Amino acid sequence: MDADALPLSSVPIYMSSMLDIVFWIEHSSVKCTLHYDKESRLLSDSKRDPKSWEKANIQNTLRLGGWTGAWVLTLALAAFGPKFLWALAVVPSIVGVLLNLLVGFGMILAVRRHLLSMDEMHRQIFLDASALSLGVGLVCGNSYELLEDIKLIPFEPEISHLIILMCLAFMAGIINGKRKYR
Amino acid sequence: MKNRLKVLRAEQDWTQAQLAAELEVSRQTVNAIEKGKFDPSLPLAFKAARLFDLSIEEIFSDELMEH
Repeated sequence: MDADALPLSSVPIYMSSMLDIVFWIEHSSVKCTLHYDKESRLLSDSKRDPKSWEKANIQNTLRLGGWTGAWVLTLALAAFGPKFLWALAVVPSIVGVLLNLLVGFGMILAVRRHLLSMDEMHRQIFLDASALSLGVGLVCGNSYELLEDIKLIPFEPEISHLIILMCLAFMAGIINGKRKYR
Repeated sequence: MKNRLKVLRAEQDWTQAQLAAELEVSRQTVNAIEKGKFDPSLPLAFKAARLFDLSIEEIFSDELMEH
């Protein structure tokens, strides 16, 4: 349809296939496209979905959750498989560890993608929480190891304790950041 | 840093979510910027300036300079 051919009085508005309403004002340079949002039932001059950021963020969070879940599963396989599934056979154990490493790298890339999809404030919160987690892990991890070295604790320090501590520090950092910018 | 984002948004009759969609950030980020709790980066400030057809200085101002 030729817009210039439309007389102002007859067809100022028509519906396009995308449910967008297009206005043409004849003999004028003004051309405005309004888009209809089915959810909010509002017309807007922007084609951007008001929830596009949230949608993309949820998608990336779910993707990261999937990779993290897969990593935990392959870790469990590598840890318990040799004892319960393949009777300490060497080749399946190596494959289990390599699989865990491979999925671990996938998880790192998913974290990176998640980080890049965030807006600058959420990225700031995430990076602050990561710095806190790293600092707590480094300082407390060293002290924890030292406790065993100087025989103040009778057991061998476990890496899992350190991971739990770092996760708790990260969560505390995220909560603190969300409260700070609320 | 102070800003007139809330006033400019109200003039356009936009919600925080609509402005957030235009700036491609979250609604929480728009809220934090409006309250002066989070200072936007230069690219985001330029984006806001382009959106309202103003200069950055007309939207954002340094609190220290005003005292």
